[in-house]
Amino acid sequence: MAKQYETAIGLEVHVELATKTKIFCGCSTAFGGAPNTHTCPVCTGMPGALPVLNRQVVNYAVAVGLATNCTIARHCRFDRKNYFYPDNPQNYQISQLYLPICKNGHVDIETPDGTKSVGIHEIHMEEDAGKLIHDAGEDCSLVDYNRSGVPLIEIVSEPDMRSAQEVIAYLEKLRMMIQYLGASDCKLNEGSMRADVNLSVREAGAEELGTRTEMKNLNSFRAITRAIACERARQIALIESGQQVTQETRRWDDAREESCAMRSKEDAQDYRYFPDPDLAPVFVSDAWLAQIRDSQPEFRGEKMARYRQEYAIPEYDIGIITDSKPLADLFEATVAICGQPKKVSNWLMGETLRLLKEKGMDPEDIVFSPANLAKLIGLVDSGAVNTTVAKEVFEAMFAGDIDPEIYVEEKGLRMVSDEGALRNKAEEVVAANPQSVTDYRNGKERAIGFLVGQTMKAMKGKADPGMVNRVLRDLLDEM
Amino acid sequence: MDILAYSAVELSAAIREGSVTAVEAMEAVLARIDEKERVLNAYVTIDRERALKAAAAAQEKIEKGELTGPLAGVPAAVKDNLCTEGMRTTCSSKILENFVPAFSAEAVVNLEKAGAVLIGKTNMDEFAMGSTTETSAWGVTRNPQNTDHVPGGSSGGSAAAVAAGECFFALGSDTGGSIRQPASFCGVVGLKPTYGTVSRYGLIAYASSLDQIGPLTRNVADCAAVLEAAASHDPKDSTSIDRKRVGEDTDFTAALQDDVTGMRIGIPRDYFGEGLDSEVRSAVLAAAEVLAAKGAVVEEFDLSLVSYAIPAYYTIAAAEASSNLERFDGIKYGHRAAAYEGLHDMYKKTRSEGFGAEVKRRIMLGAFVLSSGCYDACYLKALKVKAMIKKAFDEAFAMYDLILGPVAPTTAPRLGESLSDPLKMYLGDIYTVAVNLAGLPAVSLPCEVDAKGLPVGLQLIADSFQEKKLIRAAYTYEQAHHKEMR
Repeated sequence: MAKQYETAIGLEVHVELATKTKIFCGCSTAFGGAPNTHTCPVCTGMPGALPVLNRQVVNYAVAVGLATNCTIARHCRFDRKNYFYPDNPQNYQISQLYLPICKNGHVDIETPDGTKSVGIHEIHMEEDAGKLIHDAGEDCSLVDYNRSGVPLIEIVSEPDMRSAQEVIAYLEKLRMMIQYLGASDCKLNEGSMRADVNLSVREAGAEELGTRTEMKNLNSFRAITRAIACERARQIALIESGQQVTQETRRWDDAREESCAMRSKEDAQDYRYFPDPDLAPVFVSDAWLAQIRDSQPEFRGEKMARYRQEYAIPEYDIGIITDSKPLADLFEATVAICGQPKKVSNWLMGETLRLLKEKGMDPEDIVFSPANLAKLIGLVDSGAVNTTVAKEVFEAMFAGDIDPEIYVEEKGLRMVSDEGALRNKAEEVVAANPQSVTDYRNGKERAIGFLVGQTMKAMKGKADPGMVNRVLRDLLDEM
Repeated sequence: MDILAYSAVELSAAIREGSVTAVEAMEAVLARIDEKERVLNAYVTIDRERALKAAAAAQEKIEKGELTGPLAGVPAAVKDNLCTEGMRTTCSSKILENFVPAFSAEAVVNLEKAGAVLIGKTNMDEFAMGSTTETSAWGVTRNPQNTDHVPGGSSGGSAAAVAAGECFFALGSDTGGSIRQPASFCGVVGLKPTYGTVSRYGLIAYASSLDQIGPLTRNVADCAAVLEAAASHDPKDSTSIDRKRVGEDTDFTAALQDDVTGMRIGIPRDYFGEGLDSEVRSAVLAAAEVLAAKGAVVEEFDLSLVSYAIPAYYTIAAAEASSNLERFDGIKYGHRAAAYEGLHDMYKKTRSEGFGAEVKRRIMLGAFVLSSGCYDACYLKALKVKAMIKKAFDEAFAMYDLILGPVAPTTAPRLGESLSDPLKMYLGDIYTVAVNLAGLPAVSLPCEVDAKGLPVGLQLIADSFQEKKLIRAAYTYEQAHHKEMR
């Protein structure tokens, strides 16, 4: 019988924090922006500039630590990680090695076998690097320091996960918690949440973990799932053929569905970590810790309870909507404008989830605004568009956050409420379909349905089907 | 009266009274520079146009009554590792040859607010690494007292400029004695404040946990006035200290009192052992007698761990320097090699060309002590020694208000004698580095001259935040010593 293998997976998750300013200076953390416009002497490593810690970074790091059941270090420090690369203006990254802010936590995930606890080894604070732009046309590379100094936390798990499903469940749970805390928007595709996968295999029942590899460049849950399957297979094939797994860092190529080695342990750099003498140690006092605890936002359980009280929507909808902070935020903001929780919920549960699934997107990728969704609901309510047209408008909104009122006017989608115009079309339809008229007269109710359909078609959908039905019956009865 | 004979505070008083103008003072200094600079080479950069313009602006403000402080209108020099907006700042290194900062160091801003007028930037050992100002990429500075000798270092240019009347006062920086030792060699007053007293924002770091900016002046009254103007609690520097929170202030001129009655002064026996020049020893002990005669209680004691200070200092300072100097890579500013193949070759060539031998030595030493095999045995051990040295000083200051000793084992060596034996040069820092490791304030005062006519310095060390005790004792000594000299 073939040997059975077990996979052990640990994650290093980088999360960009949602502070308005950078970790060690007052520059904006906004994504985008012309290159080197969100910079100052500190985040470009100018001689003589000094870092000053943004306390909000500590607030968020501690909040995430509390949510993941960590021990909060009351005394922690920043260390310098020294390496030369142009995206790193000081040629050292300010991070935490010796005394990280949070340690020894856990996150509980749901698996087919029940609840499982994934250990958190530590959470530390650090600064992000800038970005290199390789100019294909010129023989040079350019550096953009806008991202340099954007605050990150790195959440390091224990190697407690055994499958891709568990990894995804862990990441989804982390993402939900962090989004609820408001500590980050956790967008994988924009890089505000990035996961590196440490994976090893061992024979089922073995005590020692196998040699692990670290996989980088995983930009979606799908990529993570595929990379785990490939890496597991690759390591098993090596072992089965009598070879050794090399401890190394590998880069995932999602298009080619394979990974390649970036660097092995042998050529690992010595980062010469040491405490940063420019930054004072951080003391999290009782008062500060209490303040962070007290300012924890509403978590999912509390939100669900509130929804039951405030909004008349089904329990199933509450479950789905509160499972994602962005979806819940969108729901609440739209209801605040239009005051129709059930209709908002229907749009989110129906068309929104359908399109997200179809396009492989996450709720945080939604671009349409609450105001526009409220406007669309208003258009349906006032009878300006019917539900079929509304769905068409919604698809356009989903793709590009258009204003539905303007869109309906520009595309001429507003329903025709002019009964005279409708009657003229209905008369044409009746004249063109004598057989259906005969059938109707003979008591075949179905024939009216066909005539309504034909009339709607002639109206290009811009009519209220109820009105069409009434006009047709009136016409036929008059004949 | 000859303008150049004034001290800084005397000059400012004369300008405010109207007997001299700030522009006349600047012109006098520039004339002195023309006369002396060719030999001394105390400056890296002199900006005459800017200096005269700034002097005229200061004069106008003084006349309008907008500038009233004790440094208003006074021409001053700044060490070349302090950033000056729009004025070249090189750290006396080729790697920053054409670097012009976009902002001024907080200490410079504070002095300019107080009405001091910047003349230019003074020469130094490259990146403040050295004890003679001979490691400068822009040539050695000579000691104005005897131009065959070094001025000391690393703030040698500042000390020489003050001693030669090429400025009325200067700022220096002190990581292991770099203000006190050149002050001692050139016969001026140099004070290294308590760590955190003067903001390090805009000081191009050598060793961040030890660096501190301070004044080099002609006398103690100037020293107190300059320190008072330069010191501030700066939120841009996380290591800057709000003195109010430790029950102290920055009103240093209030301590200019001719009175040490009952002050307890300890003389560490370990500072007078082997290696100390006999003329320096007798000059320093004579100074102690002067203070005793003025009513201080002077006695000898044993300060432990003295021999551990130098290895701990060179380990910590080199470690921090190796990291602090990483940003000089040819990417963003400063020197870049003309020809290279790829990124790593650019780094290597740029840094090989841009840094001098002493800087390279300390970068390598620092990278070594931080490497994974050495970190615990070298770097962490040095941090432990640092903590023990601080404790030894704490015990001493439980008994004494001040500690008195020499600044350096000898007077200024001849040019060219020191660099051939770096280890010997490092050992010359024996009496100064422990003060930086413990973060304490200390002052160097001229006391005697040796047989060669070279000045001998007296060092007074106080507990953290006790600059006022230093200033009071220094002022008292200066008054008594002057009487004696007359």
